[in-house]
Amino acid sequence: MTKSSKPPKPGLSRRSFLGSSGAVGAAMGLAGSKAQAQDAPELAAQEQRHISLTVNGQRRTLGVEPRTTLVEALRDVLGLTGTKIGCNQGQCGACTVLLDGRRINSCLTLAVTADGADVVTVEGLADPTGNLHPMQQAFAENDAFQCGYCTPGQILSAIACIDEGHAGDAAEIREYMSGNLCRCGAYPNIVAAVEAVRDGQEG
Amino acid sequence: MRNFDYHRPTDIAAAIEAARADGAEILAGGTTMVDLMKIGVWEPQALVDITSLSELEGYDVGSDRITFGALARMAEVGDDDALKTAAPVLTESLWKAASPQLRHAARLGGNILQQTRCPYFRDTAYAQCNKRNPGSGCAALDGGETNLHAILGGSDACVAMYPGDFAQALVAFDAEVTTKGPGGARTIPFADLHVLPGDTPHIETILNRGEIVTGITVPVTGALKASHYLKARDRESYAFASASAAVGLDMDGDTVRDARIAIGGVAAVPWRARAAEDSLKGGPLTEETAREAGRIAFADAVPLEGSEYKIKLGADVVAGALMTAHARATGGE
Ligand SMILES: Cc1cc2nc3c(=O)[nH]c(=O)nc-3n(C[C@H](O)[C@H](O)[C@H](O)COP(=O)(O)OP(=O)(O)OC[C@H]3O[C@@H](n4cnc5c(N)ncnc54)[C@H](O)[C@@H]3O)c2cc1C
Ligand code: SF4
Ligand code: FES
Ligand code: FES
Repeated sequence: MTKSSKPPKPGLSRRSFLGSSGAVGAAMGLAGSKAQAQDAPELAAQEQRHISLTVNGQRRTLGVEPRTTLVEALRDVLGLTGTKIGCNQGQCGACTVLLDGRRINSCLTLAVTADGADVVTVEGLADPTGNLHPMQQAFAENDAFQCGYCTPGQILSAIACIDEGHAGDAAEIREYMSGNLCRCGAYPNIVAAVEAVRDGQEG
Repeated sequence: MRNFDYHRPTDIAAAIEAARADGAEILAGGTTMVDLMKIGVWEPQALVDITSLSELEGYDVGSDRITFGALARMAEVGDDDALKTAAPVLTESLWKAASPQLRHAARLGGNILQQTRCPYFRDTAYAQCNKRNPGSGCAALDGGETNLHAILGGSDACVAMYPGDFAQALVAFDAEVTTKGPGGARTIPFADLHVLPGDTPHIETILNRGEIVTGITVPVTGALKASHYLKARDRESYAFASASAAVGLDMDGDTVRDARIAIGGVAAVPWRARAAEDSLKGGPLTEETAREAGRIAFADAVPLEGSEYKIKLGADVVAGALMTAHARATGGE
């Protein structure tokens, strides 16, 4: 789809907007812009890089291309499909995992950049005997999901939210859980689950 | 995503060398870079991951100056209690941005160099975009939607809006950026880092190829302590600004000694509203003078179709932010 040409809209100022620093930049032929690779040939298939990750306490070595995202490595290479892909653009939080203890969007993280890191996914939350993590328990008890698609990301984010000290009241929980969208609108019950764990009613 | 080469140097000289190569780009937290690579807007040949350059980490809240390493994370800085007291505008402009997950990944150096959210820039199905593809035209101005675009600082070639929040605080409070590149080290006033689109909207900053932002410094001033970042968003949280204001006041009794105002969500580059600042200096801060400053901040705005609302909203945001800063300056908050 290419938009057809129409004359520019009227009403736009015709001033020259190039400021002095811009003129200097242009005159010096400075970069400051992203070279487009559109005209450059695609690189030959990249060799796989071997990286090692500690995933849910287990050391794993795996081969990935530089362009493999962390969520692809987890799901497609390691078979850990508990981490979900929603928007694939950092907007929904379905792919949230803990990377060296910090919650991040694994869809915007290149797996190669996580070499040597510690990763926690939803599969790593229950204890070895299968007892659910208190946050998993609280989500179940508070009906904090419907279809469940956003839930793994919500749970990891909720654990981090409490660890970071951002579960002071419902408003703070909502703000610090805002990176996790729920299409089913389970928000009130998600907040209730976070409050329950914060107050130690679980586990 | 296209294939690329990946380097993770551990010393800055090697990083500069790798980053100056044709087709190479710098990678920090990746929340802009990987996003744009996935949708095909950027297709670098190589990424130079700078996150192992540990000397670029950390930050320091001093009594004369506040310094941030380029790799400090948005989350750690935005949630810092000492900084919240010393410079509320800095923490507020960070924690009100993006999402907790993005703030944990994103670094301050990457943050200030984030990209416009212009939908035509982000969609390679549109052939016309002077920023993505110099000389191709502008799909936004050429009959597209312009409700998310710049009403200040745009040009006939591009009206992309600079969407970042933190940069507004930096430009209002005379921050400087330190860099190291092929030509050595230099210090750049933050206000000079970004350049107006003019005829060359693909040139966005004065940085040279291979030049790495190493840190950001903000001088401590009276107005910094009584500062505020107010952000109007479509949703209550986790959205870019429809309009925002980074402001600060230094009061001498009832008289404004110093005022700082920058406005976000409305301009092509981080935008300081100096005429609005000047309108307040030497007089009282009242609701009327605050509203007048808001109007002055938008006096030169050129509204585009669908973005007329930003003028009134933006003026209201400036006035509201000033009232909060005034309360902070006079011990009312
Ligand atoms: C869904 C979503 C919502 C968002 N909402 C907001 C919002 O509300 N407000 C807001 O302000 N931002 C928002 N952002 C933008 C976000 O803050 C930026 O993506 C982030 O701060 C970039 O930092 P990074 O470390 O991830 O940068 P990267 O993606 O690694 O890099 C960004 C750019 O900076 C360059 N770069 C990085 N570090 C350096 C350095 N040290 N020296 C030289 N060049 C460097 C890179 O080459 C690249 O061009 C949002 C992003 C997403 C995806
Ligand atoms: S406004 Fe700028 S970024 Fe958007 S389509 Fe036009 S040239 Fe491209
Ligand atoms: S899939 Fe990663 S944020 Fe939506
Ligand atoms: S439970 Fe369905 S998306 Fe959240």
